[in-house]
Amino acid sequence: MIDQYLYLAVILFVIGAIGVMVRRNALVAFMSVELMLNAANLALVAFAWHHASFDGQVATFFVMVVAAAEVVVGLAIIVSIYKTRRSTSVDNANLLNQ
Amino acid sequence: MTAVIEWRAVAPVLLVLIAAVLGILVEAVVPVVHRFFAQVFLTVASIVAAAAFLVANWRKGIGGPVVMGSMMLDGPTYFIWGSLLVFGLAAILVFAERELNGGVSTFAASAATVPGSRAEAEASAARLEHTEVFPLALFALGGMMVFPASADLITMFVALEVFSLPLYLMCGMARRRRLLSQEAALKYFLLGAFSSAFFLFGVALLYGYAGSFELSAIATAVQNPTMGHGILVAGMALVGVGLLFKVSVVPFHNWTPDVYMGAPTPVTGFMAICTKLAAVGATMRVFYVALGGERWSWQPLLAVLVVATMVVGAVWGLTQTDIKRTLAYSSIAHAGFIMTAVVGASAGTVTSPLDSVASVMFYLVVYGLASVGAFAVITLVRTQSGEANAIASWSGLARKSPLLAGIFALFMLSFTGIPLTGGFIGKWAVFAAAWRGGYDWLVIAAVLLSLVAAVFYMRIIVVMFFGEPADGVVVGRASAFTWLPIAVAALGVAVLGVFPGPVLDLATLAGTFIR
Repeated sequence: MIDQYLYLAVILFVIGAIGVMVRRNALVAFMSVELMLNAANLALVAFAWHHASFDGQVATFFVMVVAAAEVVVGLAIIVSIYKTRRSTSVDNANLLNQ
Repeated sequence: MTAVIEWRAVAPVLLVLIAAVLGILVEAVVPVVHRFFAQVFLTVASIVAAAAFLVANWRKGIGGPVVMGSMMLDGPTYFIWGSLLVFGLAAILVFAERELNGGVSTFAASAATVPGSRAEAEASAARLEHTEVFPLALFALGGMMVFPASADLITMFVALEVFSLPLYLMCGMARRRRLLSQEAALKYFLLGAFSSAFFLFGVALLYGYAGSFELSAIATAVQNPTMGHGILVAGMALVGVGLLFKVSVVPFHNWTPDVYMGAPTPVTGFMAICTKLAAVGATMRVFYVALGGERWSWQPLLAVLVVATMVVGAVWGLTQTDIKRTLAYSSIAHAGFIMTAVVGASAGTVTSPLDSVASVMFYLVVYGLASVGAFAVITLVRTQSGEANAIASWSGLARKSPLLAGIFALFMLSFTGIPLTGGFIGKWAVFAAAWRGGYDWLVIAAVLLSLVAAVFYMRIIVVMFFGEPADGVVVGRASAFTWLPIAVAALGVAVLGVFPGPVLDLATLAGTFIR
């Protein structure tokens, strides 16, 4: 039973990781990161159930709060970039490589 | 179970974090004219008080697991906390420099305004300042203190985010060259969030393997496995990605040059040493305490990454034309040198008690001194429109200010590892630890690559002392907020080169991690 939850978590995690690397829009890349965090949450809850311990379930709440804080900071940065450049494409942000 | 919190034992962290929260309150209630002074005072006072508590606790022998086992107060924790407080204070003092910019701080007048817009011009004309950088820096410092002290992985994850999130924001707050600064913030944020997602998934897998987040429980599970080995290896690899990203080990180093270059220079100085201290401390704790039993599977792989790190840092560093970017590659190379001792994982012997942990901690101190000083010097070399970061504009600096060029040369010599500077003793210590751990080939590679890295440090010295003075570049008039850290760092580098004994003893005394 644990296997299936774990496979799902890994699949979600990989989708998220591919999303970050492939998508050029900073917002979509950021959403993909959130998907990876939620994949980890799923794995944590599944393992908590497997080990019959509460630790993993409690940990998901910590992760959710951290993810919320990350959204606040991330959107602030992405919005300020968008206001400056009228674009959130990570390809356009290449001044530092020149 | 009743919650027991050893208030006194964790007072250093709490003081820093409470001061950060009070700093937010200062923003709300203190009038604008007094805000800057209030923030600087609060920051300095809290760090000094935290350091006082740290020393008092150390002398009283307070230690062991605290806060219901979520933090471990052992020798390395004390040493790293002490270094973080000292370097944090030195780096944050540079934040408070206002004389250089004509009476305003080096941070954006209003980070929310669009660069080049009328709103920005109005904010600049009104001489607005973001005094929020001080609480942000304190939050980051608090998180950095918890990170290497965590005894369980969830505390470690929360600490990772607590210190990363303020850093992302601080990177985007430069007053000049704001496009670069915002871009650095975006890159750092996206890559940082990406790497912490890897860290978290690794935490989940290690939790699944051991049934507990505690590092000691994971160590026990490694000895008496109940689950498949694959989960352990995968968890170890993913947690490693998250940690090595913060240490900036190749192939997770890509953010370093861009972020170091784009961020406001005082913030770069803060990141260069404090992030490295916290990240290397946490890496050692995870790999030694929790995964020490699996050493045979992580040592060879890490050794390969360390060689790649040194190559990238030393070789790419040669081709740079920007001083901050050069120091970013230098920091990657130094991450490699530090990690040689971590890979070696040698325990001390009676004749040479300097083990891997102690030698790494000593190295971090000398590297930190030179870094804090070097980035503070970089803020001083300026043109009309701000810092002059191109190496070409540093040409002939010795004729404009022999003192400043001399001090910067001292830092470069220490980075190189020339005898009679702290850097030499540091390199000797980490290489000896790696050698005793049986990684002699790694030490030979490291020595060769530090010779390669020496070329770009020497090039900077040659440009400063023998180049024709560059037009329009001057040494800015700065207050004690910049000069004090520079002086302390220069003195420290020189003294540690000649009398490394006390700090080496302290690092050895701090000893190894408690499980």
